[in-house]
Amino acid sequence: MFTGEQIVELLVELNITHVVYLPDSTLGQWNDALHAASELDVIQVCREGEAWAVAAGLYLGGATPLVMIQCTGLFESGDALRNAVHDFQLPLFAIVGYRSYLNQETLPGDTCLKFTEPILKAWDLDYRLITSPEQLNEIRSHYAACRSSGKPGVALLAEGRA
Amino acid sequence: MARNNRDLTLTESLKILREVRTDEVVITAMGAAREWMTLGTHPLDFVFVPSSMGQATSLGLGMALAQPNRGIVVCNGDGSTLMNLGSLITITAHAPKNLTLITLDNGVYEVTGAQETVASRHRRANRGDIDLGAIARACGFESVYAFDDSESWASEVRHVVDEPGPTFVLLKVPPVPGAVGPKSPGPAPERARQFMQAIASN
Repeated sequence: MFTGEQIVELLVELNITHVVYLPDSTLGQWNDALHAASELDVIQVCREGEAWAVAAGLYLGGATPLVMIQCTGLFESGDALRNAVHDFQLPLFAIVGYRSYLNQETLPGDTCLKFTEPILKAWDLDYRLITSPEQLNEIRSHYAACRSSGKPGVALLAEGRA
Repeated sequence: MARNNRDLTLTESLKILREVRTDEVVITAMGAAREWMTLGTHPLDFVFVPSSMGQATSLGLGMALAQPNRGIVVCNGDGSTLMNLGSLITITAHAPKNLTLITLDNGVYEVTGAQETVASRHRRANRGDIDLGAIARACGFESVYAFDDSESWASEVRHVVDEPGPTFVLLKVPPVPGAVGPKSPGPAPERARQFMQAIASN
């Protein structure tokens, strides 16, 4: 939907300093562009729960991190995000890949479609569903709104094949 | 201060750290947080209570990367370390020179009633404890220390914290009998804001 260059340009424009990240097959296509961007530090983790805590530490230390993970990683990382964005009320922002939303060819009946949005709602995360390339600006405006209100937020990015 | 070489306890370990601490951030979790709070307060203390168990190491990595010119010390338990072993690899991949991880290894989940962890020999058909220092080395830590007496820890602590990291320190301590979980020292969001102000101004 978006090229790595488009995402890098957006994140740089938003003054993101660190991308805390674990690739999936869609987000991974941005890997080279993310690593090539001199304005961004890419902090790759082993498992998504780490990502929220690393981002929390970055934020507490004065940086402007962004978490970038797949929805399956969102499921895995619930307690870490609960602690960061609810216990400590840190306004972390994430781009979350929505597996199989656009194409269930690889995983027919993928239960990510059943659970992703209810889980975002359960964690009280304000999200915008991004399903087309024309919505790049919606990520920008949602991020800006979350920053100005001091709230966490998510851009939920529809993905194709798993 | 003269020290008995058999008295390395959780509290003594932290007292020794506190005696040499200057302007480092000190992140504490679980039992370490409980005991650290009894020793006083400092604007650059980050009492990670409530926590997401296991995430203190990751939190420390983030702070170390955001504040590369400031020492970041994480005091964590062995149970917490076991919950997030992958973070040790993440840390050495990004290799912040200013990060020191101190694992206070008592072999049990102390705050839940001292049940042994699966790394303890008691849960491993007496095949021996898992060596967390060896795991740290295998995860890429080049600076790994282990202490089980207070005299050695006291004599080396300043050097250990000052050494270019990331550094992993294993302190073998006995469980604290009857210990309970740490009590939050105040509203977490307010403490986060105060900490951010402190780190920006110190």
